[in-house]
Amino acid sequence: MMDGQALVLSLQLAVVTLLVLLPGGLWLGRILAVRRFPGKSLIEALVVLPLVLPPTVLGYYLLVAMGGASPLGRFFMDTFGLTLTFNFLGLVIASVIFNIPFMVQPVQRAFEAIPENLNEAAAVSGLSAWQTFLRVQLPLAWPGILTAVVLTFVHTLGEFGVVLMVGGSIPGDTKTVAIAIYDRVQAFDLASADRMALLLLTLSLVAVAASFLTAARMARRRGS
Amino acid sequence: MAHELVVDIRQTGSIPLRGALRCAPGELVALIGASGAGKTSFLRAVAGLIPVTSGIVRVGEDIWCDTERRICMPVAQRHVGFVFQNYALMPHLNALENVALSLLHLSTRARLAEAARWLDKLALTADEQRRLPQQLSGGQQQRVALARALVRSPKVLLMDEPFSAVDYLNRKTLYRVLQELQRELSLPVVLVTHDLQEAQRLANRLVVMENGVLSDDLPDTDPLIPPQAVV
Repeated sequence: MMDGQALVLSLQLAVVTLLVLLPGGLWLGRILAVRRFPGKSLIEALVVLPLVLPPTVLGYYLLVAMGGASPLGRFFMDTFGLTLTFNFLGLVIASVIFNIPFMVQPVQRAFEAIPENLNEAAAVSGLSAWQTFLRVQLPLAWPGILTAVVLTFVHTLGEFGVVLMVGGSIPGDTKTVAIAIYDRVQAFDLASADRMALLLLTLSLVAVAASFLTAARMARRRGS
Repeated sequence: MAHELVVDIRQTGSIPLRGALRCAPGELVALIGASGAGKTSFLRAVAGLIPVTSGIVRVGEDIWCDTERRICMPVAQRHVGFVFQNYALMPHLNALENVALSLLHLSTRARLAEAARWLDKLALTADEQRRLPQQLSGGQQQRVALARALVRSPKVLLMDEPFSAVDYLNRKTLYRVLQELQRELSLPVVLVTHDLQEAQRLANRLVVMENGVLSDDLPDTDPLIPPQAVV
């Protein structure tokens, strides 16, 4: 049967990750698109890193960095009385980190694609930097931002390695739907695994296709 | 009340420039020269879109840039009307909204009304005003760009090859529109063009830019040459 608890947990994780990552991702993606500064290539490399590292390697380092013996882990324990591993909070932190490339890269590309003369036209029209961002850049970058949001959401639903390393598989706490599928396969309950896998597949496909369709429609409407 | 535009700037670095120019209210100065001579860069420097190494840009008593006194007014505060070569209209906004974007200090209703007034004046129908830029012809986009530049009551109008993407017939109409507006608004207008015929037809005075150097040595009292009548 379908593991409802795992599904709800996965959806919660995806929503919280998105809420945490979106403001910072927008900020970083835009800075990388419009500014030149020393060390930019290094930051761009760090942004891509979670994409190319094996999830278990990323998960391992996060486990070491956030574990009770680490300075970060001790700080959180001493200050807030919280542990950062094998609970939902740890999952959120790990999830935000492994989703950075999925959020930042489409946002960066979207802001890069805005012709510079539109920013200049906004300036000579008397718009402040903030007004230009809200009224020109954000609407024009919107298809890219939508893609980033969908990719992050879907990727969080499906992530396995990092979640298992940092969170383990505690039902109701850290056992996400991707882990539940693995669990069911291990128990030879292929019927349940089948249902959950099909649900993830459908959800992911529909979300990605819908976002691409919306982006293409917007681009066509603007003739770009 | 419009004032004279006075420019005397120097620019070093990747685009070396040197140029002095005066343009009185109601005067249209055409800046001509081969492509790559630095005409566009000069215009952009006047608007504040690229930094000036040294020199001064002022309109009457209003100082836009004075490197000696370390004054550099941000572009958005200069009240400059700028028409870009490819219009640079916002692709996500319709013609009316494009023009209204220059009037954010007004209420939505007031800025749409003012934008519509300008577009009416430039002969865009109500239906055309509701279209996105790519649904308009080159000539119509040009009018929207002109309306956007003028709606904010600029102190100076700068135009960078504004007619280069418009066909001949439309161009003739636009010449007439520009001349009427020039008479009505009495602004200093600087027009960058590589088309000598166009320059002669529209301008009171021609100045030539060559290898990044522009010299406009006319004394302040030089009588203005009347523009040629539109045929």
